[in-house]
This record gives sequence, C-alpha cells and structure tokens, in this order.
Amino acid sequence: MSKILAGLKYSESHEWVKVEGNVAVVGVSDFAQKEMGDITYVDMPEVDDEVTAGEEFGALESVKASSDLISPVSGTVVAVNEELEDAPEKVNEDAFENWIIKVEMSDPSELDKLLDAEAYKALIGE
Amino acid sequence: MAQCAYFPHTDADVQAMLDKVGVKSLDDLYGDVPKEFLKRGAYALPDALSEQEIRDYFHELEQMNASLKVFVGAGAYDHYTPAVIPYITQRSEFLTAYTPYQCEISQGTLRYIFEYQSMLCALTGLDICNASMYDGPTAAAEAMKMAIACTKKKTRVLLSRALLPHVIKVVETYAKFHGVELGYLPAGDGQTSLEALQAEVRKGDVAGAIVPSVNRYGIVEDHAGFADALHAQKALLVEYCDPSTLAVVRTPAEWDADIAVGEAQSLGLPLCYGGPYVGFMTVKKDYMRKMPGRIVGQTVDKEGRRVFVLTLQAREQHIKREKATSNICSNESLMALWVTVYLSLMGPEGLKEVNRISADGAHYLKAQLLATGQFEDVFPDKPFLKEFVLKPKKFPGLLQKKLEEAGFFAALDTEEGYVSFCVTEKRTKEETDQLVKIVKEG
Repeated sequence: MSKILAGLKYSESHEWVKVEGNVAVVGVSDFAQKEMGDITYVDMPEVDDEVTAGEEFGALESVKASSDLISPVSGTVVAVNEELEDAPEKVNEDAFENWIIKVEMSDPSELDKLLDAEAYKALIGE
Repeated sequence: MAQCAYFPHTDADVQAMLDKVGVKSLDDLYGDVPKEFLKRGAYALPDALSEQEIRDYFHELEQMNASLKVFVGAGAYDHYTPAVIPYITQRSEFLTAYTPYQCEISQGTLRYIFEYQSMLCALTGLDICNASMYDGPTAAAEAMKMAIACTKKKTRVLLSRALLPHVIKVVETYAKFHGVELGYLPAGDGQTSLEALQAEVRKGDVAGAIVPSVNRYGIVEDHAGFADALHAQKALLVEYCDPSTLAVVRTPAEWDADIAVGEAQSLGLPLCYGGPYVGFMTVKKDYMRKMPGRIVGQTVDKEGRRVFVLTLQAREQHIKREKATSNICSNESLMALWVTVYLSLMGPEGLKEVNRISADGAHYLKAQLLATGQFEDVFPDKPFLKEFVLKPKKFPGLLQKKLEEAGFFAALDTEEGYVSFCVTEKRTKEETDQLVKIVKEG
C-alpha cells in the first residue's frame, strides 16, 4: 500500500504538487519510487530554467531503469533539492519529504487539471 | 515457391504463416515496394567456385597489393606491432569476443575492458573512459552530440579547420542528421585560432569546440586560453588526440578539457588497409551520465571478491530509448584488447621512446628534404613530432606518384596544396636517405 498524502495535488505521471502561495513544490509519489526500485540518480533542471506543464523537466534513474519527470505546472524553477545530488536514495526513504524542484507558477489555474488524493488513489488502484 | 537448402521452412510452414498474418502469397508481403524496385528473374551471378579455386583467386588479388614503405600518417600511423599482441588477442577466448551482453558472466572480457579504460584515463588525465568507440571520427561525432546534451539550450558546435579532413566530414554528417549547427575555427598559421574561438563563443550559443591536440599538419597545438574561453560560457572543450603522442605532449586534462576523443589505432594496431580501428573517449566525471557507450566498473561480489560489472547502464539506449544521447550499445572490444596489450607492453617509458625515435626521424627527414631546395617550409616556427607538411615548389601530384613507383608511400597531397610526411620508429635512416635521394633526382 503506497502512502498518499491528503491535501496535495497529483499528476497521472505520478508527480505530486504542494502549493505554497504562488510556488508549487514538486516531487514524485511514494507509488512511483516503489515502482522504480533503488534510485541512483535524480537528473534535475537548474534554477531559473523554465518548465512547462506536461513536459519533461528531468529524470529518475534506478540501477537498470530511467523514467522522465514530467512537470505538473508551468513556470520558473526557483529551487532544486541539491541534497538529492549526493543522496538520491532519499527519494526512496520518503518521497513526500524529499521534494525535487520548486516552481514559481505562471498559470496556477493548471492546478485544477491535476488529481486530488482520492482520484490519485483510484488511478493507482490501491 | 522456390526451395532453398538454407531455408528450414516447408511449404506447409510458409502457408501456415501466411494464413496467420492474413496474406495470400510471399509476394504480397512486398506489396508496399513499388514494382520497379522489385527484382524479377535470376541474378547474374557467376558459377560457384571450388575451395581451391577460391584460394587461388584471392591469392591472385593479394599479389596485386603493393607493400610500400609508409612515410605518411594523416590519422593512421605505421607504428610497430609487437608479436605478443596478435599472439594474445588471437586466443580463441578473446578472438570470438564481442561486447558483453550477458555481461557479468564475462569477467575476463570485463576485466580487460576495465584495464583498457584505466590506461586511457591515465594517458588523457580525465576521470572516466568508456569501453571504446568504433573509430576516431565517430568518437568525435559522439563528442559533438554529448556537448549538445551537456549544455542545455545550446545548438552550435565549433570545429577546428586543423582537424583531420575525414574527422571533419564524419562530424558534418552526424551534425546534419542531428540538427546540430557547426561553426569553423580557422588555423591559417598552422594552429587553431584562439581569437576566432573567443569571438564565436561570445555569441552565446556554443555548446562546445572540437580541437586537435596534434593537428592535420602534424603541429602540436597550444591550447592555452581555450578552456577558459569556453567554460566562461558553459561550453565544453573537446580535445581530438592521437593517444600515442599523449605520452609526450600536454594531456587533455592539462588543457582542462572536458572530453577527449581520438583514434587509438596508433596504439599497436596495424594499418591493415584501413581497419578495423578503434576510437576512444574519456570525460570529466561531471559528464559521465551523458557519456555514450558502455562503461565497465569495479565492485565486490557477495563474498568480497574483486569483480567487474557494466555500470551506469541507465544512460544506454536499451533503457533510455529515444532519450539516450547516443545509439551506441556496443564497443570495439577486440581492438580495445590490442590497445590494452600494447600499452601493457610499452609502459609509459616505452611509449615515450616510440615518440622520441619517431620525432627524431621526422625532424631528420624534414631537414634533408628542405636541403634539396625543392620545398618551402610552411610553418617553420611550429613544434611537431612525427608528422609535418611542406610546400613543393613544383608539381606536388607528381612527387607522390614517383615515390610510389620507387616503393614509398610518401608526400601525400593535401587539400591545401602541401605534401605531408610522417616518420615512425619503423623507418630506418637508410630508408629515409633513399627517399630523399629519389626526391633529389627530381
């Protein structure tokens, strides 16, 4: 049973979003980290990079798999979780505590297209 | 349908398969091919030959090969291949080897690739080496793609005009089909221009520059300031090297290069009518996740024994699919083994000696040729090792032909109207004097 936090928004590609004012904190779901197995590398954008909803902004690599990270919102990257550069396994330890990027949103209405916790739970069938 | 000894399927098998895919005949499978491109009727092939006839035929062809004394380099060098190399590499365990797919069971193969990687890292001074590339020019093309992948949103790669002509052509081909824009750095005085590099980099769209360590004129280039200019705009410095010369010239690491590539034929591989050769690539650790090809790493098994594995596979095409920066999922394994045995045998001192003897021979030949009065020195103040160019005062095309008739491959015509010479440790003073004598006779 994967952990799903109430109050967050989720994408169908298994990213979560926590809204803090106009900033979206983005990570991957507990379900996603379990599916990937031991994560060995998180490929992240740089601060000031632009991201677009529905488009790739980085990738997760495990020992023998690689999976794109898809941005749930559009905007400008204002922070990346540098801890993950040397300790990518933190995503396995707690996928919600260990966010990946923070995005200053250019169009917060995009949040409405994302799933709530109940809908995401239904999506992953748990 | 026509039966063939090599097809195992019966007519009933074929019919069952046709029924399954829902077509009437084998011809229907080619329905999408325009009629005019379909071959009808028999092939005009000669009759089959017996084994002895085949041997005789190829022996006749072999007799037509001319065995010339090689005084030309241009990217492929006639260095000596010690007999121990073919002896070891032709052991059946090695000779049948291909890049390891069932990798961890192939510990012997992984081990020599690991040693190969370690030796190339030592030669170039960079952190990480892959399991080898197809050849030097394609390694340069991969470096171009890697520079684009490492520097987000930059679209242009600069090539030095002093790179070998065939390297430029292969990189141009890859660039065309990967949508990479190329810029060119002039080398009018025999050395890639730093001023031109600085001017191009200032435009802001440059992902990297590929420059030769020892260039097409044989000149040892000075790359002071190159890395600074490129790194200031987050662009990469790629050094194209003849790895044999890295024993005596400044290494890519000493120039603060990010990637080193080149043709490793000069490390013990015979010329052999053009191949197989082997390319190499080493990179700074920062860029290891964008590196093409396979990488062998060292670890310990569950009993604590030293073992070897393929590592960082998540970059490779079979996992990353169309997002992979390269489609190379192989290596040039047997040729990498030749390099490994050669370097093990020569050691750092042996490789220095190869360079010293070659350079002594080349400097002697150049002095003798200039003394004939038939040439102008093109780049008199530039340092060179085993290779150099001269400008003939008359009829360059005739000289190469004349020397060929006398048993020498020398005085290669270049695009610029120069003639190019190279001397390796295999060439004797007697051979050199004989060549000069023929030139003198004019």
